[in-house]
Amino acid sequence: MSDPTAASIVSTPPAERPTEVGAPTNAGLPENARKEKPRGLLGDAWRDLRRKPLFWISAAFIVLFLLMAAFPWLFTNGDAVNGSLSRSRVEPSANGWFGYDVQGRDVYARVIYGARASIVVAVVSVFGTLLIGGTMGIIAGYRGGWVDALLSRIADVFFGLPFVLGAIVILTTFNGSGTSNSKWEIMALVSLSLMVLGWPVVMRLMRSSVLATKEADYIVAARALGAGTGRIILKHLLPNCLAPLLVYGTIMVGSFIGAEATLSFLGVGLKTPVVSWGIMISEAQNYIRVSPFLLFFPAAFLVTAVLSFVMLGEAVREALDPKLR
Amino acid sequence: MRVSKRATSAVALGAAFALVASGCSGSDSDGGDAGASADGAITIDGTQPEVPLVPSNTTETGGGAIIDWMWTGLVEYPNDGGAPRNAVAESIETTDSKVYTVKIKQNTKFHDGTPVKAKNFVDAWNWGAYSPNGAQNGSFFADIQGFGDVHTEDPDGAEGPQKAPEPKAKEMSGLKVVDDWTFEVTLAAPTAVFPTKLGYSTFMPLPDAFFTQKPDEFGRKPIGNGPVKFVSWEDDVQIKLTRFDDYTLNDKLKIKDVNIKLYQDDTAAYNDLVSGNLDFQQQVPVSSLAGDKWKADLGDRAIQTTTPSTGIIAFPIYDKRFQNAKLRRAISLAINRQEISDKIFFGSRKPADSWANPLTPGAKQGNCTACQFNVDEARKLLAEAGGFQGELVMYYNADASHKEWMEAVAQQVKTNLGINARAEGVPTFAVFRQNINAHKMKGMYRAGWQQDYPDVENWVNPLYVTGGSSNDGLYSNKDVDALAKAASSAPSLEESHAKFAEAVALIDQDVPTVPIYFGGQQSGHSEKIKKLELTNVGELDLSSVEL
Amino acid sequence: MGRYLLRRLLQLIPVFIGTTFLIYWLVWSVPGDPFAGKCGERPCPDSYVNMMTEKFKLDEPLWVQYGNYMQNLFQGDFGQTWSGRPIGDIIATAYPNTLKLAVVALAIEAVIGLAAGVLTGLRRNGFLDNLVLVSTLFMIALPVFVIGFVLQWVLGVQWHIIKPTVSSEMRISELIVPGFVLGSASMAYIARVARTSIAENRRADYVRTAIAKGLPMRRVVGVHLLRNSLIPVVTLLGTDLGALMGGAIVTEGIFGINGIGRQVFRAIVTKESATVVSIVVVLVLVYLLMNLLVDLLYAALDPRIRYE
Repeated sequence: MSDPTAASIVSTPPAERPTEVGAPTNAGLPENARKEKPRGLLGDAWRDLRRKPLFWISAAFIVLFLLMAAFPWLFTNGDAVNGSLSRSRVEPSANGWFGYDVQGRDVYARVIYGARASIVVAVVSVFGTLLIGGTMGIIAGYRGGWVDALLSRIADVFFGLPFVLGAIVILTTFNGSGTSNSKWEIMALVSLSLMVLGWPVVMRLMRSSVLATKEADYIVAARALGAGTGRIILKHLLPNCLAPLLVYGTIMVGSFIGAEATLSFLGVGLKTPVVSWGIMISEAQNYIRVSPFLLFFPAAFLVTAVLSFVMLGEAVREALDPKLR
Repeated sequence: MRVSKRATSAVALGAAFALVASGCSGSDSDGGDAGASADGAITIDGTQPEVPLVPSNTTETGGGAIIDWMWTGLVEYPNDGGAPRNAVAESIETTDSKVYTVKIKQNTKFHDGTPVKAKNFVDAWNWGAYSPNGAQNGSFFADIQGFGDVHTEDPDGAEGPQKAPEPKAKEMSGLKVVDDWTFEVTLAAPTAVFPTKLGYSTFMPLPDAFFTQKPDEFGRKPIGNGPVKFVSWEDDVQIKLTRFDDYTLNDKLKIKDVNIKLYQDDTAAYNDLVSGNLDFQQQVPVSSLAGDKWKADLGDRAIQTTTPSTGIIAFPIYDKRFQNAKLRRAISLAINRQEISDKIFFGSRKPADSWANPLTPGAKQGNCTACQFNVDEARKLLAEAGGFQGELVMYYNADASHKEWMEAVAQQVKTNLGINARAEGVPTFAVFRQNINAHKMKGMYRAGWQQDYPDVENWVNPLYVTGGSSNDGLYSNKDVDALAKAASSAPSLEESHAKFAEAVALIDQDVPTVPIYFGGQQSGHSEKIKKLELTNVGELDLSSVEL
Repeated sequence: MGRYLLRRLLQLIPVFIGTTFLIYWLVWSVPGDPFAGKCGERPCPDSYVNMMTEKFKLDEPLWVQYGNYMQNLFQGDFGQTWSGRPIGDIIATAYPNTLKLAVVALAIEAVIGLAAGVLTGLRRNGFLDNLVLVSTLFMIALPVFVIGFVLQWVLGVQWHIIKPTVSSEMRISELIVPGFVLGSASMAYIARVARTSIAENRRADYVRTAIAKGLPMRRVVGVHLLRNSLIPVVTLLGTDLGALMGGAIVTEGIFGINGIGRQVFRAIVTKESATVVSIVVVLVLVYLLMNLLVDLLYAALDPRIRYE
């Protein structure tokens, strides 16, 4: 694909007014702010964020989940691993708030202990996927030409891989039965396979944003002023293209928690003493008709966690996005 | 033995080969309306056969059921689980359990109109045994004299670079056609149970037409000699069968057409069954078993039966951690089978208390003393055995529903013995079996056994005799071997069963495996079907169906 | 434009070869012997394994096997499954079914996702906005199996609104519920991305101008706002058709649709390289063509993007 040339700019009306990123940052700020040192993009964003209740609520939830992941014993003294069949599928009560699962394990304790694997795997893989896909997307979209063609076609090849096939091969090679990987190694491997199989979508998304943005006047202006490629990408392109990526990424946290469960269920993911929300949800499937609470609690935690990430992402995006200032 | 190929199936073992009193739903005693039955059609649940339908080449339940319907063998197994009786055979006679004279009925026909003659059996068996044909059930003919000449072993196993030598002969010397309606079978060694085996699908006759075309082509349009004949096969969608009007044996069909709908998911089939779009499902899905929902959904159309299959967890005795019989016994005694039956299987599979499934002729009930639940004794034995070092992993194949019960067993061993036990899934049955076949298991593993033919012999020789075809844990006890050998070649079934009982008593002391549960089957039918019975293997007995 | 199209079509060739080889190699490296589990709890006779090995030339090195496969492929022969069924037949019967299901799912997902996205984008942080967010997130959090099962049970078995399984004719009306189930996981993405895009562009000058000109709101949204906000949505939808086709296995199973999902899964676990590659290659062609279409749509939607 050829680089869209400057001709297109002349022919189209400016879609967006150049933003004030390049302008003195303190121009429109209140009196007291003007005395401070000029802040960068991040400083602005932080100022913006501090004033949003949405940010504080979602951040509080995320901190709570992170605490859960790091120190589960703070939240429960129940046993997440050992059960007794005598309490199999006992409904929620004062003794066991969330009831007991088929194996007679405490669902509350399992949900708490499940936060670690779920959140670590999901966040690490989403972060990795965004990083790989985002970088590739920016390069492909900005450089265009053969670079774009090459990267796009590599993405196509990866995109064509069936998820189950790719994951089985990657994970059985490194995590087959009989291997004694620690649970951290397994989590890393699971995240790795999710990244390898997940980046092409992000790359396409980023590329589309860059294509739409890169001929905007402020980019052209920056280029005309002699800004280097790195500066244009980091200071101008990235903040303006981040929106769809952040939105997609935060929701992806949810699907990756589910994907991790699929892998565990196939026998290539996390192994038994380790528990995750995804595993709990798949274990509950056969009992939806008799014991729906087995499905409800892990799903509710999952939705709350994803909701917090989505809201946080939303707040951060609005703060970062110069167009919404 | 057959494997169920529906990954989501509740019973991964499949309700395959078994002999069972099929206590069909009692409410149907009034029978059906003869008029409605005569031209009636039913739609039943099935799975896409793995391979084209050739009897000696089918080892899974989807194709196996269709072969059982389309063919009638020399003997048949009655639905009530009794001793086999003659079907196509007029008589099977022997004086020494080594040479059998088989006379067949003269008036039976294949679906293409040709008569079923002695040579159809002999040719079919020779085809199945001849190793270059690669029939999956080829080894079933190993009893017959001359098998070694037509079936050569690969000198370095199938994986090795060397090829198996060309067999010396094309036909087994032990098979002789006497006249059109008589043939003689000479076995390599006396085998009392041989006539019992003849009802298994591998021993079915093949029409002359089979030998004039490629087996795969035949298998796409199979020609059998049973009560129903083949009409059409639309891959992954449906297989249609219809009544064979020239059928002369007793088990004629009362209905006309049988439509086998090929489902990939048993839940889909079940929902069709409940809403009246399907007439019979052999095994309802796990999600409907929980809390006995299926009984509420189906009412008196729910059928609970037992199948002679047993869920087992085996020890890799080649691993020296498991060589102490006291340790093995301790683990077995620490498992509360009743609780697993109640909580995990909702009572649909009964706790195992004997080595051979008690429905099998010759098997003794309750002869597994290691199957009791006795924590004190277990702890004592474990202490005597010197405890267990390290982690005890129990492996299962994750592509079928074994996770729940394997985890429950591991948890009980952990709680009751203080051994660090856990269950772990292996992604596919293929990888799982490959490691088991190669004797590379690093812990205990799930096994299952469904008998191929109804006799206790099938529960001892393949599993617990040195070199047995499924003795994967390499258990070996000279006394057991000697007793089993004597039992197999005993002149009568009674003497054979008595000897096997002695062998089983020795096995009980050694605990080479841990039997956990006996198989159960939960089927359902539509309101349209007024009367039906299940066969000894839990399949629908088509000839019993009335509308 | 023409030259661009030609170049893109030519690029299909290396992608095609790269994908086929990569997948062939992956299936080849799936652990396990294809015939180890074939005969149940006892090993298959060596004679059977030998015959299959010879028939499918499985003792040849990977390169030779792949070469043979490609050679046959160019002669229009997709090869055979282990059971001797021509893979071409499987593709011919299963593909149209899966494609139909995926297109229905895509349509449902686009309509519901876009509608929700536009509504919530125009009125952010209202009750409706939060409702849409939470309900779409629940669809992501719950496995497809659960959504499918519940809908099938309630609509099919209890209320008799639909037949629980789809007949072999695959009528569109029968596919609405399965399509909804299949598309449910992507709905949140579409709704969310559309919402963001709309909300962002809503403040753009051209929208303000359009409103100031006195254009009716319907026209502002429909013509000016929507068109400019569609790029990320179209990208997602474009990549999703392929994903829907490849990821339909559970939905196909629940609703008894004879599609490619089960064939691919079965072939992966039994190591039938030829089947996996043949099916996935056609899938990859769909991805590639969709991506090409999406790239062309960019130019149509946004005049700033030009291909020359």
